[in-house]
Amino acid sequence: MATDHTAFLPPPVVSAGPLAWMRRNLFTDWRQTALTLIVLYAVIRGVPPLLGWLFVDATWQGTRDDCVANGGACWAFVSARWGQFIYGFYPADERWRVNVTFAMLALSVVPLVLPMVRGKGWIIGFLLTLYPVLAFCLLYGGVFGLPVVETARWGGFMLTLVVAITGIVGSLPIGILLALGRRSNMPAIRTFCTLFIELFRAVPLITVLFMASVMLPLFLPTGFSLDKLLRALIGVAVFNGALMAEVVRGGLQAIPKGQYEAATAAGMGYWRMMGFVILPQALRLVIPGLVNTWVAIIKDTTLVLIIGLFDLLGIVQAGVADANWLSASVTKTGYVFAAMGFWILCFSLSRYSMYLERRLGLGASR
Amino acid sequence: MMKLLTASTAITLAGTGFALAGTMDDIKARGHIQCGVTQGVPGFSNPNDAGDWTGFDVDICRAVAAAVLSDADAVRYTPLSNTERFTALQSGEVDILSRTTTRTLNRDTALGLNFAPVVFYDGQGFMVRESSGITSAMELDGTTVCVSAGSTSELNVADYFTANNMTYEPVRFEKADEVLAAYDAGRCDVYTSDLSGLAARRLVMQNPAEHVMLKETISKEPLAPAVRHGDDAWFDIVTWTVYALIAAEELGVTAANIDQMKAEGSPDVQRLLGSSETGTGEWVGLDNDWATRAIAAGGNYGELWARHLGPDTPLKLARGLNELYTNGGIQYAMPIK
Repeated sequence: MATDHTAFLPPPVVSAGPLAWMRRNLFTDWRQTALTLIVLYAVIRGVPPLLGWLFVDATWQGTRDDCVANGGACWAFVSARWGQFIYGFYPADERWRVNVTFAMLALSVVPLVLPMVRGKGWIIGFLLTLYPVLAFCLLYGGVFGLPVVETARWGGFMLTLVVAITGIVGSLPIGILLALGRRSNMPAIRTFCTLFIELFRAVPLITVLFMASVMLPLFLPTGFSLDKLLRALIGVAVFNGALMAEVVRGGLQAIPKGQYEAATAAGMGYWRMMGFVILPQALRLVIPGLVNTWVAIIKDTTLVLIIGLFDLLGIVQAGVADANWLSASVTKTGYVFAAMGFWILCFSLSRYSMYLERRLGLGASR
Repeated sequence: MMKLLTASTAITLAGTGFALAGTMDDIKARGHIQCGVTQGVPGFSNPNDAGDWTGFDVDICRAVAAAVLSDADAVRYTPLSNTERFTALQSGEVDILSRTTTRTLNRDTALGLNFAPVVFYDGQGFMVRESSGITSAMELDGTTVCVSAGSTSELNVADYFTANNMTYEPVRFEKADEVLAAYDAGRCDVYTSDLSGLAARRLVMQNPAEHVMLKETISKEPLAPAVRHGDDAWFDIVTWTVYALIAAEELGVTAANIDQMKAEGSPDVQRLLGSSETGTGEWVGLDNDWATRAIAAGGNYGELWARHLGPDTPLKLARGLNELYTNGGIQYAMPIK
């Protein structure tokens, strides 16, 4: 039987409810309190003017003069040019083709995200092989009786997606092959891959695009011209392939030697060992690095502006330069709109990668 | 980098110039003109709400297309950045570069370009607040001037004030946007840039109506359409299409009255429009109505100006040097005969 009484505890401070939560998280000590107050002040000072600009003073319909008079965001400009911002100069009658192309993509990506769907391998196979061909046929035309739409007319958000998706889809296989090549035992392949990776990693993307668009045409025979967009797409895929290779190599190095030896002992050849044992583990390890590169690719798409292609940012800039719209409020609105477009793209991608990591049980194990 | 590029371009060009002759045949075969434009410069070339290219430079291409293909819409526009514009012309990607390009000796010779007549005499000008009461660049003594550090415009300003025995206080910034913001915020009395740029930047200021542009220019920036070396027939067509537009203004031929003028105009008008016995078509390799079509496409030179740059547009540019020689400017068409 206990004889000495433990000291009486004071009655508990409120330990549940919003007040307790605030006390625990926002006002723990004087430093936390000061930080909270500073942030609160910034929010109070910053948010109402922002909301005012975005909504209250905004012009939803009208012309440049209305926007200048109201002083807020000029959504009238965005709505007047909505089609152009999304599709570039793609002819209005043919825009359904762009919609179908990207609807197809969305419809194949959604099952990939749902856990209960089986046969994901087939979907991925479709996305990597058949889909690019289909997408090209639809967007460019010339087959199935679709009129040709030259790549010069592609633009806006659609072009951003085309460049980003080609960069993402094209750079992964290039990157894996280069990474394997760099770790190969064959000196010729190893040297080539190392040189290739180091060359492209050491120059900025802007240089690659610049060479592809300004220098390349001068070296090609007269009358023979490679499509400008194609040149840019190849440049983006190759450049990011080199970056991707190093990410993948990091994963390969993390796989213990025993895995290689076990696979060899089980009688597997090089490609089967890589395909069934090493790469699945290695790629899983480097998902954050891969997604990082992908997000960078999306943001780098704006660089195609310097070679005269109008991506989302480019078409907004060209629109802002219209003397019938040109004003401080229209310029700001245009850039805010472009920023929102990119944010939505990049944010959804990073959410997807977080989901992927959770599904594969990586986040929890570390 | 630029120097290297220029040099290598020039070397490669020497080889390609002659192979590219026959631009007219290419254009006829393909059914449209390839026109290199800017990526969006207010008044000169930018896409409108409907997604069509419009602007002063664009209308020059349309006039040429009307002259050679009888269809002002038979133009495909290639937006070009500053760096790639010359390569695009040299490599045959575009037939005509109508893209706010200053004519210089280097470009005319080493870069292998031929410049058509100047369509816009630009130059560095000054903008001040209307409330300052300054009306001439000669009254700028003792002012503060916002300039971007290390730019050509900074040197031009320095030269101008020294040459005119005036003093000023430069306020330097690294970026063009900072210069503009500083002027707009009242840090300096004077903002300086090319006239066409001043007009556009005035529109993005807090209160555009408060600012006025001074008439004087202190540097030469003659903007002209360019074609490749080595195809004189095509060069002639572009050159004389521009002259035809200017001549039309001199002679009072507009898009509206062109049919009437064609029937009953003076001998000069009739020669220009191809209704006299000695037509001009044969000499430029087109039919006699070429100039009529070019003018009907968008109007004469003055009409193009008024529509894209003049006082009735948001840019509100004064014609200045770009007035006809008869009105105090220096625009002057060579005789079309």
